[in-house]
Amino acid sequence: MAEFKAQTPCAGLLPVTVGDLRLTEVVPGRMTSLAPYRGRVAALSEVMQAAHGVAWPEPGRITGQAAARALWFGREMALLIGPDSDESLAAHAALTDQTDAWAVVHLEGRQAAEVLARLCPLDLREAVFAPGHTARTDVAHMAGSVSRLGPQTWQIMVFRSMATTLVHEVEIAMARVAARQNSLM
Amino acid sequence: MRLGCPICGERDRREFYYQGAALARPEGEAWAPEWDDYIHNRDNPAGVTRDLWQHEQGCGSWLIVARNTVTHEVLGVALATEAGA
Repeated sequence: MAEFKAQTPCAGLLPVTVGDLRLTEVVPGRMTSLAPYRGRVAALSEVMQAAHGVAWPEPGRITGQAAARALWFGREMALLIGPDSDESLAAHAALTDQTDAWAVVHLEGRQAAEVLARLCPLDLREAVFAPGHTARTDVAHMAGSVSRLGPQTWQIMVFRSMATTLVHEVEIAMARVAARQNSLM
Repeated sequence: MRLGCPICGERDRREFYYQGAALARPEGEAWAPEWDDYIHNRDNPAGVTRDLWQHEQGCGSWLIVARNTVTHEVLGVALATEAGA
């Protein structure tokens, strides 16, 4: 009898450490996309607050903390990360389970922003892209989501099918940033 | 080149997909010279154009971008849902 074993998107690929830069896989609990029905954003936000303690995120913003987070995920779209979405949300939004659809990694280190700058066309300076900000963008030519969770902590998401490519691209960028650092010293 | 997406802010051209001229769709089903123009005929202005773009790698919005093909100046970006295509 065949036995099936769940594998995470980046199984066998991460973690990777280069100098003080570290790339690790994150396996969040549940991920649900929330697409509010027309004119129901305010009502949805109230229900989200009551059920999960997170408000509806404005464009480019994250609400909540590690246990329950709402990530702005596109036009009139948010991603609830962490808890199973409460039934009460379904009255105001279309809910779609995305749990196994995305590869989620964290990039940490003093030069993490310099690594990301090689992969996506965003202005990543802290004055522009502060902790709590998020963007849908081009990550090494893949449709992705980039979020700043802390001054030196970034979350990168791409479709699960692109996990190997993402790790490969970030690893190369990490090595090049580190090599540049070493050559300057 | 950068475009100021009304939702995401100023973003690099790489995040956008170019569709073509932003034209008003003719009224009615009956064939008329306006339909010929809508489907086949395009101006190629040296100056201001009004084009449809999509913020494909960002929020996904369709945008109407006014820009100058001579100076490369971007004159304005509006959501297609609000500006009317």
